[in-house]
Amino acid sequence: MHYSVFSIISQAFKGQKDWKPVWRYPDPKAEYEILIIGGGGHGLSTAYYLAKNHGYTNIAVIEKNYLGSGSVGRNTTIVRSNYQEPGNIPFYEHSLKLWEGLEQDFNYNAMMSQRGVLNLYHSDSQRDDYARRGNAMMMHGVRADLLNREQVRDVVPFLDFDNARFPIHGGLMQWRGGTARHDAVAWGFARGADSRGVDILQNTEAKQIRVENGKVTGVETSRGFIKAKKVGIVAAGNTTRIAETAGLRLPIESYVLQAFVSEAIKPLIPCVVTFGAGHFYISQSDKGGLVFGASLDYYTSYAARGNLPGVEDTIEEAMAIMPSISRVKLLRHWGGIMDMSMDGSPIIDKTGIDGLYINCGWCYGGFKATPASGYCFAHLLATGESHPVATALKLNRFETGYVIDEAGTGAQPNLH
Amino acid sequence: MRIPCPFCGPRDSQEFSFLGQAGLKRPDPNAPDAQMQFHDYVHIRDNKAGVTQELWLHANGCRSWIVVTRNTLTHEITGSEFASPQVKEAAQ
Repeated sequence: MHYSVFSIISQAFKGQKDWKPVWRYPDPKAEYEILIIGGGGHGLSTAYYLAKNHGYTNIAVIEKNYLGSGSVGRNTTIVRSNYQEPGNIPFYEHSLKLWEGLEQDFNYNAMMSQRGVLNLYHSDSQRDDYARRGNAMMMHGVRADLLNREQVRDVVPFLDFDNARFPIHGGLMQWRGGTARHDAVAWGFARGADSRGVDILQNTEAKQIRVENGKVTGVETSRGFIKAKKVGIVAAGNTTRIAETAGLRLPIESYVLQAFVSEAIKPLIPCVVTFGAGHFYISQSDKGGLVFGASLDYYTSYAARGNLPGVEDTIEEAMAIMPSISRVKLLRHWGGIMDMSMDGSPIIDKTGIDGLYINCGWCYGGFKATPASGYCFAHLLATGESHPVATALKLNRFETGYVIDEAGTGAQPNLH
Repeated sequence: MRIPCPFCGPRDSQEFSFLGQAGLKRPDPNAPDAQMQFHDYVHIRDNKAGVTQELWLHANGCRSWIVVTRNTLTHEITGSEFASPQVKEAAQ
């Protein structure tokens, strides 16, 4: 069913009784052309673009839990392309352009809102650094605006501009950045993929990737063995666990990241605001809740729950820029597992095993990349070649030295 | 999370900083495949889900490097010891 104003009006006259489920619950077939491990945002968008751009219909996505149960349904929903490294900017800009046309493309309301992303700076040297980042963006055709203190005040007047330790001197604004409704993104891609014949197999856990003579033959799952000519791993925090079953060792460590939502308040924060003297980002959802997060808990973890020092650190950073929200109550907070790569940038590449492809290392910036990640991974799976905007995201860049280290912190994933 | 420091006793995890997987052996730079070995040494990790051994520094305490045995699925810590004997052994 195509969603439009007419479908809404006609349903209103039918008592809303004709809405159909937007995806099926199929049983696994014995064999697929391509099998994607991981039914999160990236896995679903990979399936969507494989079907839409490359005409594949005999493909499946396996997901161990329910659809969108991982980080795609539990993140801080920020969409932006304000990167600095040459290997990253074209990729994330491609992603932002896909975001701009996404709702029309998959005919689903993802509540994409280009409300702007403002990175605050707190010192002269940081202003210079942000100017450099803005220049790097503009060299790739991405607009960036370096705002001074008064210009920032026009946008977000309620910040603590004269904080004794971290005074706000200005900010780098990307007006085209913003937020999107994370669940709807997963659902939109799932619906688009399903309607094109992709089987989305929920509650189907990948147990073991079967490799014979250096070639992938299929995946052992909790619902039996599924044969596949090509297998794509898009398993986020559990990437290394599933890759290990094929004998792969990856430059990835898993860490827990916490995120927070407050009770709903009246409209306060008009854009995404990030704190420059630490790592803190906040926006306000359409429901009114403040959605925010900070850095990782700094030790490896698969526990999907954080510890209190991480909470304290996040709240302290919030208070450093927005003391006005100190009395707002937290509604909920949660932890998720992040696949942190050794240079803080993602990997979309082939592996040494014939027919096995990998899409991982999204650290905690995967949401904004959801469309382009799927777009480029689908291109790789279909053609065997990297998409032109993803040529730098190679698995072997740690061997060749062409790492993409935005933060400049080296091979220490908990610092990215 | 509390970490039992072998010198100071159980201390808050905020006093410690985390380095990563313990027991990595620095490769011989003169080996014929040294480049690949160093690649693995710097970038490739087990990233185990379960009981791991990892290096922590008691940065805001006795400043000892310690090897902590911890379960990454539950955050349960079952032991810790000074890192120096292990490091000395690996260096030989």
